[in-house]
Amino acid sequence: MDSDVLVVDDSAAIRKILQRVLRQTGMAIRAVYEAGDGEEALTVLDTHKVDLVLSDINMPRMDGLQLLASLKAAEQWRHIPVVMITTEGGEAKVGEAVRLGAAGYVRKPFTADQIKEKLVGILEPAIPL
Amino acid sequence: MNLQALITASINRSVTNVFSTMLGVELGPGIPSVEHTTPEANDGVMSFIGVAGSWAGTGSVSCSPALARRICSEMLMSHTTSMNEDVLDTLAELTNMIIGNVKTELEQEVGPLGLSIPTVVFGRNFRTKSAGTSEWIVLRFPWEDEVLLVKVCLAPQEKPARARSHMPGQIGAPAV
Repeated sequence: MDSDVLVVDDSAAIRKILQRVLRQTGMAIRAVYEAGDGEEALTVLDTHKVDLVLSDINMPRMDGLQLLASLKAAEQWRHIPVVMITTEGGEAKVGEAVRLGAAGYVRKPFTADQIKEKLVGILEPAIPL
Repeated sequence: MNLQALITASINRSVTNVFSTMLGVELGPGIPSVEHTTPEANDGVMSFIGVAGSWAGTGSVSCSPALARRICSEMLMSHTTSMNEDVLDTLAELTNMIIGNVKTELEQEVGPLGLSIPTVVFGRNFRTKSAGTSEWIVLRFPWEDEVLLVKVCLAPQEKPARARSHMPGQIGAPAV
């Protein structure tokens, strides 16, 4: 089954890179939606069903941890795996993300293989390789 | 290891890691120095990010417009000939990754630190000053005929949680 992915990052450059990297993973991805912050992400999720969210942490307006908390608190979204992709490697932010229910995290800078490895672990049943 | 040596080593690791991973470019170690004086007027692209916590200050990455376009082209894998949004955004993200990784290493020595959202300046004949701090650790990374400049200034804060400006203080002349 093809999956839909939402990429959330205030950097358009990172969103473009992730678009390319996701297409390179060889996984069955149907659509990659984009949002510039947590608030935009919630707007996208209101109108699109997605199977995975890849989110930065440090963003204006609503950051990645706030977005994660919002998703896990909402009945219709709490099942969606959320992987944080961030420069934040400190225990405080990463620990908070795990406590809030993040499915994993990838440190920036990242390689395509690191992204793929994380996706396989999370979406393996839904995405035949 | 003193903090200055730690920051210098950390910048070197971070820059080489970011360039290797995101651009596929192997940079040699940066040439370190410490600057105490008011910065000279700049031309080109400069990206800043604020650091806050028990130590606070600013990290910056700067280069010529030509190098900024090349970095953008390598990162996005699309040829860029003008100083457009993609170029400025790429420099901002590069700064976020470089200084963000330095911040993560420093946290092991000085405790939790926070990062601001990056700000990018592009223009001619502009000066920058970080309020309250005059000593910058500077590393110059030669890349073919260009140079990438990475600067960090950090100072201990008496009250770690106190809100104060950590972003570039003033810009002496407007960006063109």
